[in-house]
Amino acid sequence: MLELRGLKKSFGQLEVLKGIDLQVDKGDVVAILGRSGSGKTTLLRCLNFLEKSDAGTLSFDGESFDMARIGKKDIARLRAKTAFVFQNYNLFLNKTALQNVTEGLVIARKMPKDRAVEIGRRMLERVGLSDRESYYPSQLSGGQQQRVAIARALATDPEIIYFDEPTSALDPELTGEVLSVMRSLAEEGRTMLVVTHEMGFARHVSNRVIFMEEGEIVEAGDSRSVFEQPRQERTRVFLRNVYQHLETNEAPSPEG
Amino acid sequence: MINERLLEIILDSFWQILLPGLAVTIPLTAVSFFFAMIIAVVTAMVQFAKVPVLRHVARFYIWVARGTPLLVQLFVVFYGLPDLGILVDPIPAAILVFSLNEGAYCAETVRASLEAVPAGQMEAGRCVGMSYLQVMRRVVLPQAMRIAFPSLANSLIAMVKDTSLASNITVTEMMMKTRQIASVNQEFLALYIEVGLIYLLFCTVLTKVQSAVEKRLNYYGRKED
Ligand SMILES: Nc1ncnc2c1ncn2[C@@H]1O[C@H](COP(=O)(O)OP(=O)(O)OP(=O)(O)O)[C@@H](O)[C@H]1O
Ligand SMILES: [Mg+2]
Repeated sequence: MLELRGLKKSFGQLEVLKGIDLQVDKGDVVAILGRSGSGKTTLLRCLNFLEKSDAGTLSFDGESFDMARIGKKDIARLRAKTAFVFQNYNLFLNKTALQNVTEGLVIARKMPKDRAVEIGRRMLERVGLSDRESYYPSQLSGGQQQRVAIARALATDPEIIYFDEPTSALDPELTGEVLSVMRSLAEEGRTMLVVTHEMGFARHVSNRVIFMEEGEIVEAGDSRSVFEQPRQERTRVFLRNVYQHLETNEAPSPEG
Repeated sequence: MINERLLEIILDSFWQILLPGLAVTIPLTAVSFFFAMIIAVVTAMVQFAKVPVLRHVARFYIWVARGTPLLVQLFVVFYGLPDLGILVDPIPAAILVFSLNEGAYCAETVRASLEAVPAGQMEAGRCVGMSYLQVMRRVVLPQAMRIAFPSLANSLIAMVKDTSLASNITVTEMMMKTRQIASVNQEFLALYIEVGLIYLLFCTVLTKVQSAVEKRLNYYGRKED
């Protein structure tokens, strides 16, 4: 469904992505792991054209695009098939939870208001926030805001959803509610590309794992084999460190 | 000190001064501020969106409008332009100058407020499929205007008082009227204090309106962190 070839991106002198190849099939839940600064966020941002790539080819649904030269129309067309969930939620601060979900439908897709509201309510119900539809983001907890953001992402029925560390800004007791929504999306067969530090999620919910280091994918494979028999020493070290960190702080739960 | 004659003068002149206040000062302020807001938003957006060429035009306009005295601007338009065969009536000249002058100051306020809105708001909007202008109109600008509101209210209050300068280009607003009355009865101190108090009254009302509106604008609260 999505195939990326040779994605490169530099910020000035700093080469952040050094030629990324990636294939995502329908229904895949791909976890992207890697140390801070390895380029995970930049990869997602390039995929959604929030960042302009220096080189790379993106094939989506059989159409191919040169990522360094892609035009506004194609960007808009591709964005209509994707959704993005940000680390810090980025809910529209001047809109209620329901309006956050319906805004794109009404304004971008020109959907009649009542139909959009109907979808919006269904999506909020989906993330367990029906009783919060008229709350503003500032009146919601972080976990609730992120669930509204997921509802907003679902509203346009995207073919793939990009998540950039969706639980990293949350207090530990709030990550569970967001992860369980994401788990249910995975079970529903949604295609997702998830940058995460939640090892439980990467291991048990995602079916594929990618490990990035210094702008390159150093290991990729199905979750089980990457976790149980990592081929690269670097991956082994990373996983060992993560688990040591978890064990000294709190026991790793299968939920993550 | 306050004898009967003075009291009578003060009471009589109160209505004589208030009338041009209601008929000229307030409409002049309102209309000029309305145009100033349009100018400010457009000028701020052009810079914020880094529109080529226009952003430099915007910078130039702000540079000139903020760097020259308001009184000079009024004189150039009203007394100067006729040299080029362009005659502008006093009130339109005042509206033109006040709008352009105020627009430049408010443009800076609005631009700073646009920059204060987190960039993630625009990105999130683009990601749900809205165009730049759609996100601007529905998400970023409303938040920026909320941030800008106290400063803009401040500028409006300043403008009420600045309209007194229009008396210098023959607009019969409150200041002009007061001067006329005072030149007849020679009670300068009493009358100029009186007109000052009327300006104070107008500004007090505006300040009250400002805090009431600010309360309402707070409806979606501040992020507590
Ligand atoms: N807009 C930018 N301008 C300059 N450098 C940037 C920019 N964005 C990211 N970088 C740099 O690119 C590198 C990769 O950043 P990126 O945010 O993609 O890392 P990450 O893997 O998402 O890290 P984290 O786990 O901390 O979120 C970092 O060295 C960062 O400093
Ligand atoms: Mg990141």
